[in-house]
Amino acid sequence: MSVTSLGMPTVGVPRKGFFTDTSLCIGCKACEVACKEWNSVPADSNLELTGESFDNTSALGADTWRHVAFIEKQVPATDPGAHDGVKWLMSSDVCKHCTHAACLDVCPTGALFRTEPGTVVVQQDICNGCGYCVSACPYGVIDQRKDDGRAFKCTMCYDRLEVGEEPACAKACPTKSIQYGELDELRERADARLAELHERGEAGAQLYGRDPENGVGGDGAFFLLLDEPETYGLPPDPIVTTRDLPAMWKRAAGAAAGLLAGAALVFWGGRK
Amino acid sequence: MSPRRRRTEEFTSYYGRPILKEPTWEALDIAGYIFAGGLAGASSILAAGAQHTGRPRLERAAKLTAITAISASVAALVHDLGRPERFLNMLRVAKPTSPMSVGSWILSVYGPLAGASAAADVLGIFPRAGKAAGIGAGIAGSAVATYTAVLVSDTAVPTWHDAHAVMPFVFAGSAAASAGGIGAALSPLAEAGPARRMAIGGAAVETAMSFAMERSGRLSAETFHQGRAGTLLRLSKALTVGGAVGIALGGRSSRAVSAVGGLAVAAGSALLRFGIFEAGRASTLDPKYVVVPQRERLAARQEEPAKADTMG
Ligand code: SF4
Ligand code: SF4
Repeated sequence: MSVTSLGMPTVGVPRKGFFTDTSLCIGCKACEVACKEWNSVPADSNLELTGESFDNTSALGADTWRHVAFIEKQVPATDPGAHDGVKWLMSSDVCKHCTHAACLDVCPTGALFRTEPGTVVVQQDICNGCGYCVSACPYGVIDQRKDDGRAFKCTMCYDRLEVGEEPACAKACPTKSIQYGELDELRERADARLAELHERGEAGAQLYGRDPENGVGGDGAFFLLLDEPETYGLPPDPIVTTRDLPAMWKRAAGAAAGLLAGAALVFWGGRK
Repeated sequence: MSPRRRRTEEFTSYYGRPILKEPTWEALDIAGYIFAGGLAGASSILAAGAQHTGRPRLERAAKLTAITAISASVAALVHDLGRPERFLNMLRVAKPTSPMSVGSWILSVYGPLAGASAAADVLGIFPRAGKAAGIGAGIAGSAVATYTAVLVSDTAVPTWHDAHAVMPFVFAGSAAASAGGIGAALSPLAEAGPARRMAIGGAAVETAMSFAMERSGRLSAETFHQGRAGTLLRLSKALTVGGAVGIALGGRSSRAVSAVGGLAVAAGSALLRFGIFEAGRASTLDPKYVVVPQRERLAARQEEPAKADTMG
């Protein structure tokens, strides 16, 4: 277990996190803009219109640390949330700051590290651009800036947290869709909100990434969704890849031994 | 119609967009690195055997192959990082959870040993130390040839991760095939016997193991058969099997057959690495390989609690 939760603090500072309640999101993109501004994240290469509803950012990436998804879902006109048979789903996605963070596990330089409040951050002066974290993240979050080579993602505004401020996105969110705070408290709040929505007949409402028993040990940034995770572009049941690492090393050791034994055989078979 | 607008019936995803990020690695750099590392590692094993059984020309050929290949592989790795000085950051820490960190340390043990044994052999100096380095390079070489399987499997890339149990054996077989093939091509018939046997044995293991990997029945294994990956892997099998059969039939009597067969087997080994690389890339581009298996896993788990309860 310990191989996959590198550096998680066990005592002292309580773990901090994000709870994103998508049922409150109005798709205003204040979070995306606030994040770019505060963190001086460069513009995405071209200003392109994708035709994907109101979404021209498309996905999280090296230059998009918060991403607001817009989904126009076709539903029966009888659906309580429907308007002309279309229902709007909006959600602000972000790095999950996983408890068992694959990106952090595989980083060969130690550039990715666990901060005191339990978040996952890249130290840009140490990252060597190997790209390993990009392929390891089961959520497809972290990515390489092509012109720079190094990897970038949400830091949960590490610098603001250090001085007791909340992250820029949470501060900017006008509807409290993005909530920042102590993870335990956020989980309680989320449970209460879910119960409320279920009572109101929102049958599809579900918490995503809340469970500390899930494949990544629980997300430091978790969500209340109104539909299945994949509708929002989230993997339904991600697992930290390093969970299988001990088994992989064992297999590789077996293969290496086999290689040596095989070589002994080819020489022994034909000694002149 | 752009592929991103495509929607399939079985599952939904956000505008059909990929969920995972495509590997940032260049095929030539990383697949090339993995091939060259396998060739180097297994060549050092071959060299150690040749040195032990008194086959000086095979020994020299294999030692030179090893040092050339490992230099090329490190050059590829550094090229992938973009700026050479960035490689030094790899040696800042030793992290057992990072196969790339472990690999960097394996390489920094192996490289000097392979270099020293080749230098001692060619220059004819420090023969005993050279032989000791040769043994060391052979042992470290077995790790160089196989750790790369863990390197690619320890990712969220569906095709690579799903194959994690067989990948080390595919890579070990393929490494042996390439080293044997090059050894058979570069050394005289009288000394090349073990290299030929290594090429044939390696080719057999490589072929059997990659068949097992490609027919695992997992959804992601589809990517081994389609598109660029499918073409590369079919070509790889033809070269590997054809080369091995050629060596088996005529390699003992004809230097030309031995050389052509050996090079074919080595080329097959290289194409295998590129094919696996492309299959992995393809599996990150289609969200199906993420969503469908994870959905199935969730469904299976929902049936499980009943069972788990009764079992305590
Ligand atoms: S979501 Fe991806 S990038 Fe973020 S902590 Fe988890 S593994 Fe790392
Ligand atoms: S790209 Fe940077 S942060 Fe990512 S694994 Fe490599 S060194 Fe670590």
